[in-house]
Amino acid sequence: MSERHIELEILRYNPETDEAPAFQTYQVPCQEDWVVLDAVNYVKDELDRTLSYRWSCHMAVCGSCGVMINGEPMLSCKAFLRDLPDRIRIEPLANFPIERDLVVVLDDFMDKLDSVKPFLIPREEKTVESGVHIQTPAQLDRFKQYTLCINCSLCYAACPQYAHDNNFVGPAALALAHRYNLDSRDVGRTAREDVVASNAGIWECSFVGACSEVCPHDVDPAGAIQQTKIASTVDYFKYLLTPGRG
Amino acid sequence: MEMITADIVIVGAGGAGLRAAIAVAEADPDLKVALLSKVYPMRSHTVAAEGGAAGVVKDEDSYDNHFHDTVTGGDWLCDQDAVDLFVREAPRELTRMEHWGCPWSRQPSGHVAVRPFGGMKVERTWYAADKTGFHMLHTLFQTSLKYPSIQRYDEFYSTDLLVVDGRCRGVAAIEMRSGQLRLFRAKAVILATGGAGRVFPFTTNGAIKTGDGMAMAYRAGVPLKDMEFVQYHPTGLPATGILITEGSRGEGGILVNKDGYRYLQDYGLGPPDPWPRKKAMELGPRDRLSQAFWHEQKKGRTIQTSHGDVVHLDLRHLGEKLIDERLPMVRDLAISYVGVDPVHAPIPVRPVVHYTMGGIDTDIDAKTCIEGLFAVGECACVSINGANRLGSNSLTELLVFGARAGLGAADLAAAKASQVDEAAIREQAAPAQDRVGRLFRSTGGGESIPGLRREMNATMEAGAGIYRTEASLLQSCTAMNNIRQRYGDIELEDKSNVYNTDLIQALELGAMIDVAHVIAVSALERRESRGSHQRLDYTERDDETYLTHSLAHYGAGDAPRIDYRDVVITRSQPGERVYGGDQK
Repeated sequence: MSERHIELEILRYNPETDEAPAFQTYQVPCQEDWVVLDAVNYVKDELDRTLSYRWSCHMAVCGSCGVMINGEPMLSCKAFLRDLPDRIRIEPLANFPIERDLVVVLDDFMDKLDSVKPFLIPREEKTVESGVHIQTPAQLDRFKQYTLCINCSLCYAACPQYAHDNNFVGPAALALAHRYNLDSRDVGRTAREDVVASNAGIWECSFVGACSEVCPHDVDPAGAIQQTKIASTVDYFKYLLTPGRG
Repeated sequence: MEMITADIVIVGAGGAGLRAAIAVAEADPDLKVALLSKVYPMRSHTVAAEGGAAGVVKDEDSYDNHFHDTVTGGDWLCDQDAVDLFVREAPRELTRMEHWGCPWSRQPSGHVAVRPFGGMKVERTWYAADKTGFHMLHTLFQTSLKYPSIQRYDEFYSTDLLVVDGRCRGVAAIEMRSGQLRLFRAKAVILATGGAGRVFPFTTNGAIKTGDGMAMAYRAGVPLKDMEFVQYHPTGLPATGILITEGSRGEGGILVNKDGYRYLQDYGLGPPDPWPRKKAMELGPRDRLSQAFWHEQKKGRTIQTSHGDVVHLDLRHLGEKLIDERLPMVRDLAISYVGVDPVHAPIPVRPVVHYTMGGIDTDIDAKTCIEGLFAVGECACVSINGANRLGSNSLTELLVFGARAGLGAADLAAAKASQVDEAAIREQAAPAQDRVGRLFRSTGGGESIPGLRREMNATMEAGAGIYRTEASLLQSCTAMNNIRQRYGDIELEDKSNVYNTDLIQALELGAMIDVAHVIAVSALERRESRGSHQRLDYTERDDETYLTHSLAHYGAGDAPRIDYRDVVITRSQPGERVYGGDQK
């Protein structure tokens, strides 16, 4: 197999010694079927043991290895060198504080996921003996797409609203709330509304749609947010029309 | 060293650890759970399981069927009392998952759908398209957020169990963000750290599957059981080892050699038609299928590629609609990583290390021989998987025994309410601190982490792969002994504290070396062929001598000492494993 040589410019930052992040360049001989992660692993194993980054599955499902590749948020295990130029710039995901090198601080992302009550809130607790809920394939199809989020947080790195104001609940968490809201087994929409429709929730989204563009699993968080806006608006008008309100 | 006190510490937050945590929280919300993981829970390798989880659900199926499929598949090395418990709990646990929102694929009636898997008499594999592990993991993780008593410690790498007067009292763990060693004190500890596929070079396993928990328990005095049994999954993508689910054969996919011939009919799995047909051909057990590949390769009937020999997994006859509905991830992975769209062309595949049947020795309640220490999931050996795990039993196993470990730990924590005093914990943690400190200080040894890892990988593949011999295993044992000695001479290049992956990789390598050594020695000492453990020099199963679990005991500096314990046989006497034929 023919060997290609690429140049990786990786943003380095060690909070114990560095005042500010700076790029370091590595020459990497690579195989044509490699992904960016393979090249980064080559750096780690052969050139520089001090480089820190996250990865595990190498099959685009664990969500660990998101980074900025030539300015775009991508999973490094699914970014093929054959689609990229010979000079590749790798940076930690935008819009998150850097912990070390390509590792970002995910506390805020984890808190956002937690904040939308992302678990099934059933009408009543079922016993195991009563068996499963009946859910038709059509009912499953309503929310299936929104179950596919791998929590890679690329959408937060792409989101101009989150960049502007990180109070914004953000694409993945809002899509996850929508996933449960649409589930025929769930009655928790009102409980999630506090966060979802708050002043940091769906109404902050300016519908640029960058989140859906970068999503490696086509979850379409932008679509989820728009659908949630419509549902919330309908709720509001229903509320206005309720006799004797207030 | 900062000390954190909880009632129960769980190490590992994949499927098994999360299920255990939820079990504790539901049993007693007053019990504080510290859930440690070296990654974030969603990154755990449960995420990569594709095909499904087994549990009897169809009218024409029975617990008995599931029992016999499992015991036969395991070549009679399963403990039958554990299998009985497992098959009865399985549908209940899968139903609980449904109640927690798991998006199981459905029949038109709205009931859950099931698909057949290898070695299975009646279809009983619950699935969520071909991302079952992903959906189970995320459902469990999201459900765990309901319980305030579960406190997560993400990106904490556990280094040592803290055992005081014979009772497990906590763990020492490195907080990766700060690099500081933290002590966790508890009344019970559950290990749920996953398998060790990374000791081999070509594996479906993610980078994190480094046997950390196995090594921790082993060093603390718990034997590792049946470690010679390593499962090769028959269908991984060349180069990357990415898993192509058995579900693709369950849906009707076929395996052909370079002549387009369904070669499995030559290995006691035919006749090929009618197809699909359960417990035959491509729906035979994994060990048999991977071994058949090896023979085809010897006969020169595999297809040569730049990434090694392959055979073809052909799904074309299933059609685009079914592939997109049931196997969307397979299609995506094949297109992305080998440039093949399975709708239009066969997928190149080869056997790949997938699962460690062996693990930390536990009883049927997930308890180890150290009081207060439990183990569950792939890191444990309970043992329901015997010499060859049946596909789709492992996802169910982590639920059934995860819950059981959680309840057992909750009982223990409630009943024996006292915590050991801080001084005793600190004393126990001194060796952990020493070991990490030594790694930081050592210079000039000249051994590199990737170098030793590659050597370990190479010798394990060469000597302890699909087929083994006395000579090949002796070579692996000698090499592993040598690598183990040289591990003392590795030197960290990264001496910083924050998120130091040089350090973490060094510790992971240390764990893998211990585990690999145990695999090689256990395999050398088992002079028979059974399930996934195939010896070219001892080709028959020998129930007279080896209807026993191997138990590897730690001896510092030396090779592991192996002894044996009888398999629990209740109602199925060892017989012949028959697949194919005209059985339905």
